[in-house]
Amino acid sequence: MKLKYLSAPYILWMTLFVVAPVVIVAVYAFSNAQGGFTFDNFSKMGDYVSVFSRSFLLAGISTVICIIIGYPIAYILSKERTYLQRILIMLIMLPMWMNFLLRTYAWMSILENTGLLNRFLSLLGLPTVAIINTPGAIVIGMVYNFLPFMILPIYSVIVKIDRSLIEAAQDLGAGTVTVFRRVIFPLSLPGVFSGVTMVFVPAVSTFVISQLLGGGANMLLGDLIEMQFLGAAYNPHLGSAIALVMMVIVMICMWLMNKFGAGGEEAVML
Amino acid sequence: MYIYPVSIPAEKYNHEWGTIMAKEFIRLRDCTMVFDDDVVLNKINLTIKDNEFLTLLGPSGCGKTTTLRIIGGFVKPTSGDVFFNGVRINDVPPHKRTVNTVFQKYALFPHLNVYENIAFGLRIKPRGKAAMKNGHEGRRLSKDEIHSRVMEMLEVVSLKGFEYRDVTSLSGGQQQRVAIARALVNRPKVLLLDEPLGALDLRLRKDMQIELKRIQEATGITFIYVTHDQEEALSMSDTVVVMDGGVIQQIGTPEDIYNEPVNAFVADFIGESNIVDGIMVEDGVVEIFGKKFACLDEGFDPMEPVDVVIRPEDVDIVDIKDGMLTGTVTNITFKGVHYDVIVDFKGFKWLIQTTDYCPANSRIGIKIDPDGIHVMKKSVYSGMYGDYSSYSAEYEDISDADLEPEETVSEDERYET
Repeated sequence: MKLKYLSAPYILWMTLFVVAPVVIVAVYAFSNAQGGFTFDNFSKMGDYVSVFSRSFLLAGISTVICIIIGYPIAYILSKERTYLQRILIMLIMLPMWMNFLLRTYAWMSILENTGLLNRFLSLLGLPTVAIINTPGAIVIGMVYNFLPFMILPIYSVIVKIDRSLIEAAQDLGAGTVTVFRRVIFPLSLPGVFSGVTMVFVPAVSTFVISQLLGGGANMLLGDLIEMQFLGAAYNPHLGSAIALVMMVIVMICMWLMNKFGAGGEEAVML
Repeated sequence: MYIYPVSIPAEKYNHEWGTIMAKEFIRLRDCTMVFDDDVVLNKINLTIKDNEFLTLLGPSGCGKTTTLRIIGGFVKPTSGDVFFNGVRINDVPPHKRTVNTVFQKYALFPHLNVYENIAFGLRIKPRGKAAMKNGHEGRRLSKDEIHSRVMEMLEVVSLKGFEYRDVTSLSGGQQQRVAIARALVNRPKVLLLDEPLGALDLRLRKDMQIELKRIQEATGITFIYVTHDQEEALSMSDTVVVMDGGVIQQIGTPEDIYNEPVNAFVADFIGESNIVDGIMVEDGVVEIFGKKFACLDEGFDPMEPVDVVIRPEDVDIVDIKDGMLTGTVTNITFKGVHYDVIVDFKGFKWLIQTTDYCPANSRIGIKIDPDGIHVMKKSVYSGMYGDYSSYSAEYEDISDADLEPEETVSEDERYET
């Protein structure tokens, strides 16, 4: 029974840094500058429907692309020799050790109208593309930055699948495709769900990527919230309300995914 | 003089047994398996007949699981050939072989319920050679056919009413039966069983042994059964294949293996045995501890050194004056049906099983009937087994304990890397 006191520091930590901030955000969201209780902040939400839908759309597209790119990588990775797996995992994580801002700046110089990509294209005599400051550039930035968060959970789930299950499926007449479709893929879904959570949530709230790669024209929720706290439109009450609504929508999305995906109870709720 | 353990050539084995039993079905010819310079199987020759219950028996790392995996198609032999019905199938992958396996740790699909686990093989769309695998006869089974076959199987393994249960919620014995049903529902020609009862408790194991034997007799499917439990092997099998060090030591009926072991290893591994040095004076006469004993064995060179096996239950305790040999009782343990008596004969300790009580430190005489003596050629195993000097009352537990735990580790790990 004494062991239960060991959890005290964590309870304190959670209270101070998780519960308290959420409560503060909620208090701000339901109050006005004079400190009175109000729903006004939420009634203004209708003005930002386009920002909400753009954010969720771009985050959704990025998440889907991350699955499409990340799942095969994770699967192939899990079939490699152990030492090669370790090296490749390190290579996947390596960019994450570099500053996030720096990585995004690097993409700016690649995607700029006079950037690396266009210079390369014109070198080949091909027409240049105007990609910077478009939603496409934001998606590229999101996929690049968050892809490791999709690969790693899927990889760690696939690598733990008992080899004898694959042998059992082969023994029952399943060829390579059937083994994948009926055993490996369903058993790897918890990893996909964790990956989706870990990509979608930060993507929906990012503001650096949209500012640097999307220009001013493609405002996302992150930018909108940032403006309310640091920008000219200073209004922390409205900012809190937007953050709260965003959180609720994200939670609904995750709940739906867990509900309709098999084995979803193992997915990490972030 | 010394005979190294050699496997019996398939031709000879087939010649001897082929006329008695059904026709040959599976044959391994000179199968050798090498993992990282480690010879796991050394030129195995084995013929398996239709409708046979064959057991591969041996201690940890003897190559029995590898042999099974070669037949299942999960590993390819480094050299040698595998034949099904006379057709070489070395390169046929597992999903195209008319074989199903019951895996050691069941390997049930955790994402599927009992029903779907059993239906797994039936739902696979037949393609090419795999068409014949699951009794599809090349066509896709209808929902009704699948349902009736799954329900029939649930009945066979007494799991009716469990069809929508989560497999992870089942007990070990129930999971075991699902694994058997999942394999049998496909109506394979051969069922491979890799220590299927290893994880069950004694009582359940006995029940499942009877159950498996009943299923085998009822279905007429060839069973190839891997175990390290000699009792299990003797009570269930038509044919026992005793293996050690990647080599087949002996192939025979349970009675043959027990009564006529070919060397000290087999004699010791199957049941309890006293193995002593002897000299074959002439046909029917063997000398042990300087005394001549009548026996039924013949065909040895005159005065050839031999190993002599005397089973503990074949020794009669008599008065000193009537004894062919005399010794001192050093230990007596009550075992229920009989006493285990350890008797010291000139420094060599024998185990004798008797229903008569004889107190420790008493002098006794013993008598052995000619049919209680079995003479074997000398082998690499001579002198390694059959002495009860280090006897303790728990000898059975000790000898069992060091057999199994490493088995799962050593052989399994190999395949994972």
